[in-house]
Amino acid sequence: MSNRRFTFHRLWAIVLKEFIQMKRDRVTFAMMVGIPLMQLMLFGFAINADPKHLPAVVRSADQGPFARTFVSALQHSDYFRFVGEADTEAAAHDLLREGTVQFVINIPADFSRQLLRGERPVILLEADATDPAASGPALAAVRALADTVLNRDLTGPLARLRGRAGPVEFRVHAHYNPENITQYNIVPGLMGVVLTMTMVIITGLAITRERERGTMENLLATPVRPFEVMVGKILPYIVVGYIQVTLILLAAHFIFEVPMIGSLPLLYAVALLFIGANLAVGITFSTLAKNQLQAVQMAFFFFLPSVLLTGFMFPFRGMPEWAQWVGTCLPNTHFLRIVRGILLKGNGLAEIAPELWPLLLFVVVAMSVGVKRYRQTLD
Amino acid sequence: MTAAEIFAIDVAGVTKRFGDKTVVNAIDLQVRRGEIYGFLGPNGSGKTTFIRMLCGLLTPDGGTGTCLGYDLRTQQADIKKHVGYMTQKFSYYEDLSIRENLDFIARIYGVPDRADAVQRSLRRLGLENRSAQLAGQLSGGWKQRLALAACLIHSPQLLLLDEPTAGVDPKARREFWDEIHQLAADGLTVLITTHYMDAAERCHRLAYLAYGNLLTRGSLADVLAAAQLTTWTVTGPDLRQLARELRGHPGVEQVVAFGNTLHVSGRDATRLDAVIAAVRTPRHQWARIPSSLEDVFISLMETAEDNFK
Repeated sequence: MSNRRFTFHRLWAIVLKEFIQMKRDRVTFAMMVGIPLMQLMLFGFAINADPKHLPAVVRSADQGPFARTFVSALQHSDYFRFVGEADTEAAAHDLLREGTVQFVINIPADFSRQLLRGERPVILLEADATDPAASGPALAAVRALADTVLNRDLTGPLARLRGRAGPVEFRVHAHYNPENITQYNIVPGLMGVVLTMTMVIITGLAITRERERGTMENLLATPVRPFEVMVGKILPYIVVGYIQVTLILLAAHFIFEVPMIGSLPLLYAVALLFIGANLAVGITFSTLAKNQLQAVQMAFFFFLPSVLLTGFMFPFRGMPEWAQWVGTCLPNTHFLRIVRGILLKGNGLAEIAPELWPLLLFVVVAMSVGVKRYRQTLD
Repeated sequence: MTAAEIFAIDVAGVTKRFGDKTVVNAIDLQVRRGEIYGFLGPNGSGKTTFIRMLCGLLTPDGGTGTCLGYDLRTQQADIKKHVGYMTQKFSYYEDLSIRENLDFIARIYGVPDRADAVQRSLRRLGLENRSAQLAGQLSGGWKQRLALAACLIHSPQLLLLDEPTAGVDPKARREFWDEIHQLAADGLTVLITTHYMDAAERCHRLAYLAYGNLLTRGSLADVLAAAQLTTWTVTGPDLRQLARELRGHPGVEQVVAFGNTLHVSGRDATRLDAVIAAVRTPRHQWARIPSSLEDVFISLMETAEDNFK
């Protein structure tokens, strides 16, 4: 019989074999089911381009009823969540720089008086505009609100103050990124994303490759210690990581003209911690994965939330609480805040400290899991 | 002389389990220094697992013993320093050159005068003018030479070779064995696993392992004598028919075809002779031969299988 004709039994043989192999390769199967589910959860529930309940403080020098009405109207808009009051301008700015609050609302001392006189008092809204996407919707809402909020109070003889240009004037001061340039936010953020992607994949392959090629057995038979292997594999990639950091900084400065207000040595020092965190994750994946493909798949599972849930692509505060919790566990979340803080806000060690210790904790945990897993593979 | 001075390997009751499966079952073994010891057995018999316990890659679940005088359980780090282990699968870096591979291993072991040691090693194995070639481009025989060079670079006292001649052509195999004998003559102890019978015949002493149990050991002559196996060969027409007839009889333990002859073996010589006398016709030529190692091992394995079931 001629072998040149198409036959269904041969086609079927291949189809069956593929299904059997698919069934055996659990990680690939998990990826085929897990990735769509993960994407659905992330894009469907976690991501919100219209972030609400953003933390804000009021610095009010006027305790009158109009001021209170105004603040409560802002709160009712759902865009703001007031976390307290700031007594001084310096205190308010500290909160803004640390990222504890996103907005400071300044109500002048003679707010009520000016209002009643029809002098259109100025309310200063200071915003942390490092991420324009996060503060934009709230600022838009506040402008719409300003014209109507006092309508209920302005009745009777005060009704004349309504309408026209509005009873109060809103002035927005967008700190750190006054022109709302998206690149200012994205380019420093890319540093974390690029490092996460490359570092986790490269080291994820590092030990799996040794095992897949059979060189691991040989390595284990020599007197080399697990710690020596781990650190020996990590060190070269720290150099690679620093090259990436430098490339991104150069591009940020010369191509995107991102401001660099803070200390670059501090940034480089923190980058070491972050690179270490990712390498530790990679090494841990490497000890868990059976082959290089699985290591890449695991890296992808880690990469996806590191882009979507960390505040890189979508505003962190727009996400529901569970997603913020996931994000808080990822090193990229903290690194993004540190990088943006140093470059755009000029933050120093004291301001970035709250983001520093979670990174450190992550390194310690990931590294100990990696070393522990590595030891177990000896037997 | 103490035991550690006489024996490079001295273990008793060594056991390894993976889950509820006993892969190596209470093995006692003593290998004298300077000896070439052959470790034989079918695939999956526990040879590799046993070797991995000897070189500190695995911790035994039971038993005690020493390797080069170091305790198998507590002094694995010391064992690793003085043992050369050649894995079954080529396990050096294919994307490194021959010299880079040797240099890497020499660094790991902290070999003194490293450059010199690498050069000597290249020369000794005739790899000098290939030193810049990537290991991945080497043929099976050359890869094996490189692996041997690499596991000798730190001057080990004991060489553990796991199926070193698998996939190597007969000429390269012979050269390899000459090299091993040379090394043993210089005082190196060699434990070698194989399932090639010709290789077994080049060892000073042998052990045969099946299903994790050590079935026999000693010199070639000891092993053959201990088996007490009687073997006949038969040539002639319709051998397949004859083989079928023979297989059913008690006393006939193995009927194996070797080209145009059958080997018929059994441990009970009287019963075997009786069976043969019954089926014997002038159409076939029958002759009694000394049992070969292969006959003995197949017989041992089948007995072990029965016990295992």
